[in-house]
Amino acid sequence: MRRLATALFLASIAAPSAAQNAPIAFRGAEIHPVAAPVIAVGTVVIEAGRISAVGPASDVAIPAGAEIHDATGKVIVPGLVDTHSHLGAVSGGDRSAALHPEVRTLDSVDIRSDGFKRARSGGITTVNVMSGSGHLMSGQTTFLKLRAGATKVEDWLFCDDPLIEICGGLKMANGTNSQRAKPFPGTRGKAAAMVRELYVEAQEYQEALAAAADDPDEEPPKRDLGLEILGQVLRGERIVQHHTHRHDDILTVIRIAKEFGYSPVLHHVSDAAKVADEIAAAGLGVSLTVVDSPGGKEEALGAGFEAGAALERAGADVAFNTDDSVLDSRRHLRSAALAVRYGMSREKALEGLTLAGARMLGLDDRVGSIEVGKDGDLVVLSGDPLSVYTHVLETWVEGERIFDRSDPDQELWATGGYGVYHSGGVLHEE
Amino acid sequence: MNPSHTTAPATTLSLRGTLAAQAGCVLTILFSCLATAQVAVRGDIVYTMDGEPIRDGLVIAADGDIAFVGVFDAARVPDGVPLHQAAVVTPGLIDAHSVVGLAGVLNQGVLDGSSRVQDQDQLETSAPIQPELRAIDAYNAREELVGWLRSFGVTTLHTGHGPGALMSGQTMIVKTRGDTAEEAIVEPFAAIAITLGQSVSSNFESPGTRAKGVAMLRAKLLEAGRYRDKLADAQDDEPDRDLALEALVSLLEGDVKALVTAHTATQISTALRLQREFGFEMLLDGAAEAYLLIDEIEEADIDVVLHAPMMRAQGETRNASIETGARLRDAGIRFAYQSGYESYVPKTRVVLFEAAIAAANGLGFEDALAAVTRDAAAILGVGERVGSIAVGKDADLVLFDGDPFEYTSHVCVVIIDGETVSDECS
Repeated sequence: MRRLATALFLASIAAPSAAQNAPIAFRGAEIHPVAAPVIAVGTVVIEAGRISAVGPASDVAIPAGAEIHDATGKVIVPGLVDTHSHLGAVSGGDRSAALHPEVRTLDSVDIRSDGFKRARSGGITTVNVMSGSGHLMSGQTTFLKLRAGATKVEDWLFCDDPLIEICGGLKMANGTNSQRAKPFPGTRGKAAAMVRELYVEAQEYQEALAAAADDPDEEPPKRDLGLEILGQVLRGERIVQHHTHRHDDILTVIRIAKEFGYSPVLHHVSDAAKVADEIAAAGLGVSLTVVDSPGGKEEALGAGFEAGAALERAGADVAFNTDDSVLDSRRHLRSAALAVRYGMSREKALEGLTLAGARMLGLDDRVGSIEVGKDGDLVVLSGDPLSVYTHVLETWVEGERIFDRSDPDQELWATGGYGVYHSGGVLHEE
Repeated sequence: MNPSHTTAPATTLSLRGTLAAQAGCVLTILFSCLATAQVAVRGDIVYTMDGEPIRDGLVIAADGDIAFVGVFDAARVPDGVPLHQAAVVTPGLIDAHSVVGLAGVLNQGVLDGSSRVQDQDQLETSAPIQPELRAIDAYNAREELVGWLRSFGVTTLHTGHGPGALMSGQTMIVKTRGDTAEEAIVEPFAAIAITLGQSVSSNFESPGTRAKGVAMLRAKLLEAGRYRDKLADAQDDEPDRDLALEALVSLLEGDVKALVTAHTATQISTALRLQREFGFEMLLDGAAEAYLLIDEIEEADIDVVLHAPMMRAQGETRNASIETGARLRDAGIRFAYQSGYESYVPKTRVVLFEAAIAAANGLGFEDALAAVTRDAAAILGVGERVGSIAVGKDADLVLFDGDPFEYTSHVCVVIIDGETVSDECS
């Protein structure tokens, strides 16, 4: 199905790139495949949008007719995955309720929003766009691939048909952002009870559906757009992306997830270092937002740069997010570098920008590493991925270039300047 | 704060230059240098920001000041004086504009009748023009964010009332140490914060437009001029005291500066026009679109307290460029970096990280370092005390285990006035 989806997209994109016509080979670069050891002088080949070969330059045969890019002295990493972003001016549920599982960010993504230029110039190729944290459930998230030549959000999806496939996760939140006047919860206890009540309802809905499937005399329940989404969560088909900060709130997320048998990804997680062992024991992934100073609210006082190292030591899977515009998509690499400053390994930090994030979105069969058969998503860097002096030179998605720093107009996406960014970002309270 | 400026013979030489400085301490090393030395620092490279960097350099602090700076072999570290060693030594960093200490980590601003702590004192919205609001009366020296900045090598902070009002109040210069404002103060009244941006109209019913705001500012400055004249003319009948006008007389007299926040080219033009009309000393603050008016800023000989390169580009800052520092440098315009102020997160940026981005985007290492040390000190008028490593200046030093701007380097030791305030790498 996924292979078919890719083929359909490639067929439908009226892009000028040679990606569809000729293989592309990057030769001579230091390649970080992430899923395999670093290749000091390597070659990677992309054919029909997918990686067809990767290895030492001396071993990889470049296909006849390939467009060859000399990448000597440069560094190639997989296209970066951003597990949590608000690009595209996405919206979720409104003030009418605290839980909106039926709301799709899909219906609000503006693919022409100029914030995506920040992502492209920062080497990001896969983005999980989400609604905010002002609700216990603010809506369904959408996984986007920033392909060239898109005219509508469908051109950026990982799925073929959003009406029949799962094309994103589900945003949940606890802590103070989602506590307010009715119909929102006023306390943490109430918030947890409201979430549990809805999951119980979803369980009953699933049972009623199953009973009707087994027994032709049984009337199936009326279709419920929200409960059917929660059914996907309960069956492990849709991944909850859960905003949480304080140590006790983190444990509440784990407790409820365990009760209902789903495996959420924990986002932000300011107090991660305090409960790293519990997170690791629960087997949950963590997507960190690395902010330059702690606070902004009481529950984020524990935020710092140590979380990545603490979680790695505990054995938890760690990814990073931009939470754009809390952080800037142009500097996604920086978050991993700061985690290394505080003791995370370079390997796990780079994985946190790529393959770990892909795992947390359930997309690791498609993206996150440079392996034969995976999507041809690459970032060409001027040097060490974790150095402040390194620039993103080129970003490639499925064999098409979506950012080229050598083009003066596109260089401005990276640096900013007059008229480059018109819309500006909307700062979500996270 | 530093009563020891003239007590040590080594520092009374007050000779500039490495050789002279060496001679000063070597000649007297058995006397005062030895007697009062607090701490010594050896760096594989010492960026003094006062001449060429010194390879295998040594800095000795005595009585809060720098008593020796030179090559390691040129002096002997007195017995019993702790010696810190590091790859790189720089002057203590200076954040040229912050609200930290008035703004706290909790970000709880509105007094809403609840019992929660209120820690956002950077903007008073009861009136748009209140230059009498002193920073010293609102600075929390124990604020967690002060310690956060210090841990990244920021030793001097220009902080106070923030952007958002026509005249929001006064600013001050502090060291990032001490338990009280009094202990931290370098300069209790450095500038009056003025904002020309659209945030003013969102905080106040009037001015409702930027043009009205400028008219209100001019009227107030004219009033201050008349007050000053009355003070000068008064023989026996001085005018009644007016705290706001007194503060503005300090501005008109050149005792303090105007810190004018202006981001768009229109606002920057307005700032230059105001400065020309009233002749005050101006720091152009923020200046997202400064690159559009390079000639005008250079012509007016105005220093720029430039926005943080990683500041969010949105609203009136949407045209910000991380290369603006390089363009100001190319034009010979003096500038410094600030952490600035943005609501929510991060509650403060860190000028070490901001200068790093600039260094990697056209400005280069030493000019980026200058923008958070020597040039920042000069712009703020405290260059006699901080911003470079030279004999007689405050012993504010930062030690790094690698390139200070590299993401993966560490701030190992921070020294303020000769006292080691953090020691992280050992």
